[in-house]
Amino acid sequence: MTAQILEVLSAEETIGEPPWLRAVRRLVKRRAAMIGLGVVVFFILIAAAAPLVSPYDPLATSWTAVRKAPSVAHLFGTDEIGRDVLARIIWGSRASLLAGLVSVMLALAVGVPIGLVSGYVGGALDALVMRIIDAMLAIPFLILAIALAAFLGPSLSNAMIAIGITQMPIFARLTRGQVLSVKHEDYIEAAHAIGNPQYRVVLRHIFPNIVPPLLVQATLATAAAIIAEASLSFLGLGQQPPDPSWGSMLNTAKNFMAQAPWMAIWPGLAIFSLVLSLNLFGDGLRDALDPRRE
Amino acid sequence: MTTFLLRRIALIVPTLFFVSLLIFGLQQLLPGDPAMALAGEDRDPAVIAFLRQKYHLDQPLPVRYALWIEGVVHGDLGESIRIKRPVFDLIAEKLPVTGELALIALLISLSIGIPAGIIAAAKNGTAVDYGTTMAALWGLSIPNFWLGILLILLFSVELGLLPASGFVSPGESLRQNLLTLIMPAFVLGNAFAAGMMRHTRSAMLQVLGMDYIRAARAKGLSEVSVVLRHGLRNALIPVVTLAALDFGALLSGAVLTEQVFTIPGFGKLIVDAVFNRDYAVVQGVVLFTAFAYILLNLFADIAYVVLNPRLRT
Repeated sequence: MTAQILEVLSAEETIGEPPWLRAVRRLVKRRAAMIGLGVVVFFILIAAAAPLVSPYDPLATSWTAVRKAPSVAHLFGTDEIGRDVLARIIWGSRASLLAGLVSVMLALAVGVPIGLVSGYVGGALDALVMRIIDAMLAIPFLILAIALAAFLGPSLSNAMIAIGITQMPIFARLTRGQVLSVKHEDYIEAAHAIGNPQYRVVLRHIFPNIVPPLLVQATLATAAAIIAEASLSFLGLGQQPPDPSWGSMLNTAKNFMAQAPWMAIWPGLAIFSLVLSLNLFGDGLRDALDPRRE
Repeated sequence: MTTFLLRRIALIVPTLFFVSLLIFGLQQLLPGDPAMALAGEDRDPAVIAFLRQKYHLDQPLPVRYALWIEGVVHGDLGESIRIKRPVFDLIAEKLPVTGELALIALLISLSIGIPAGIIAAAKNGTAVDYGTTMAALWGLSIPNFWLGILLILLFSVELGLLPASGFVSPGESLRQNLLTLIMPAFVLGNAFAAGMMRHTRSAMLQVLGMDYIRAARAKGLSEVSVVLRHGLRNALIPVVTLAALDFGALLSGAVLTEQVFTIPGFGKLIVDAVFNRDYAVVQGVVLFTAFAYILLNLFADIAYVVLNPRLRT
C-alpha cells in the first residue's frame, strides 16, 4: 500500500515544483526549440568573439582579390572590393544581434509601463492611450520605421530607435490585455484587501503574472527586429558603409548577382537561420509556458 | 448591429486624428531648422525663406498642424520638392502598380495558404501537419528581399526564364506585365501565405473540435464534406479579419520587393523620397498607407459581423 502511494507520489513529483522550473523542463524536451536556442547561442558567441574568430579584417580591401569565388583562402568568397565575405558576416552579426536586442529592450521599456498603467487605471486614460496605440499600429511596421529612419537620419542607432518605437505599441497592447485579464482575480483583490499600495499591487502582484506572454512576444519581436534591421540596411537606412551588416551586404550583392552569387547567398542565409532559430525558440517557449499544453 | 457599426465607425475618428498628429510630428524630428532640411542641398536664402513661408514654419505648432490638416482634408498632401509635383498625383500614379502587385500576391498567398492550413488541420498531429507548419515557419523567417535575390539568381541568371527586373504596364502588353510581376508577387505573397496558413490551421482546429462537427460526422457525412462544408465555412470568418490585419505586412513587404525587382510603385516612391530628402512625399505615403489600413480593417470588422450570424442581433 505504502509502495503504491509512493509510486503515485513520485509520478506526481512535479506538482510542487515552481512554474518557471516546470516551463524549463518542458522547454528542454522540445527539440526544435532547443536547436533554435543552440543556433542563437552560436551566433551570440560568434558576435562576442568576432576579433578572435574572424579570418580577416572585415574592412580590409584587396584589389587582387576582387569578387573571388569561395576557396580555401576565402571560405565564403570576397566582395566587389576584395573584402572577405566570411569576416563581414562574422562582424555583421554584431549589428543584427545588437539591433534585435536594443530595439526590443527599448520597446519593452516604454511599452510595458504604458500597458501596465493603462490597463490598471482604465477609464478615460486607457481609452486615450489605446487610441494612440491604434494609430501607431495603423502605420505598417516597415513604412513607419522607414519614415522614422528618414527623418532621424540613416544610421544603425537610429534604425534601432525606429524599430523600437514601431514595436512599442505591440508590447503596450499585449501588457494592457494581460493586466485586464488578471486585474479582477481573487489574489489581486486579496493583495488590495491587505492594504498594499497600488504601485505595489501592480509591480509585485500583477506584473510577475504577465511575464510569460511578454517573454514569448519579446523572443518573436527580436526575430522581427533582426529582419527589420536587415531590411532597413538593405534599403540603405541602417548600418552605413563600410561597417558590415547583413542587410547592406545584400544591397551591394544585388548588383553583382550574375558575377558573384556567393555575395548574396551567405548574408541571406545568416539572416534566415538566425531569424528561423529565434522563431523556433519563441514557438517552443510559448508551448512550454502554456499550462494547458503538455 | 447598427450600434456596433456606428461605434466602430466612430472609433476611426480618434485613430485618424492621432495618425495625423504622428505623421505631422515626424517633421519635428528633423534636426535643426526644418526649412534648411527641406531645402536639401539648395541652401539659397530665397528658397529657405520661401519654404518657411509656404510651410508656415514661422507660425506656432498648433497653427501649423491646423493648416496642414486643412490641406490634407482637401486632398492637398503638399508638393514634392524634387519632382515639383503634388504628392497626391504621385501617389495616384504609383498606386495601380503596387495595387496590381499586391493583388496578384494576395491571390497567390490565398491559393497556397488556405488549402495548406485546411490540410494541416485535417491531418493534425501527422507528418503532413508538421511539414506544413515547418514550411510556414520557413516562409515567415525568410527575408523577402533575399528570397527575391535567390529567385532572380535561379530564374533569370541561371535559367533565363523570367525578366530580373522592370515593369511593363498591362495596357502595353498583358503577357509581359504578368511575366515581370510573377516573381515579385510570389516573393511578396510568400510570407502572407505562411501567415494565412497558420491562421487557417488554428481556426480550423478550433472549429473541428466543435460539437456540430461531431454531429456532422455522426450523420455519416464524408470527411471532405465535414471539413469543407461544415468546418471551413465557419473557420474562414476569423481568417478574414486576420488577413486584414496582415495587410500592413503586405504593404511593408511591397517596399522591399519593389526595391529588389526595380518596380516603379509605391514602395520605390517612398524609398526614393527618403534619399532625396523629399519629406512631403514620405509623409504623404505614410498618411495614405495608414488611411488605407484603417479603412481595410473597418471593412474586415464589418464583414466579420455580416458573415457571422451569431453577431447579427
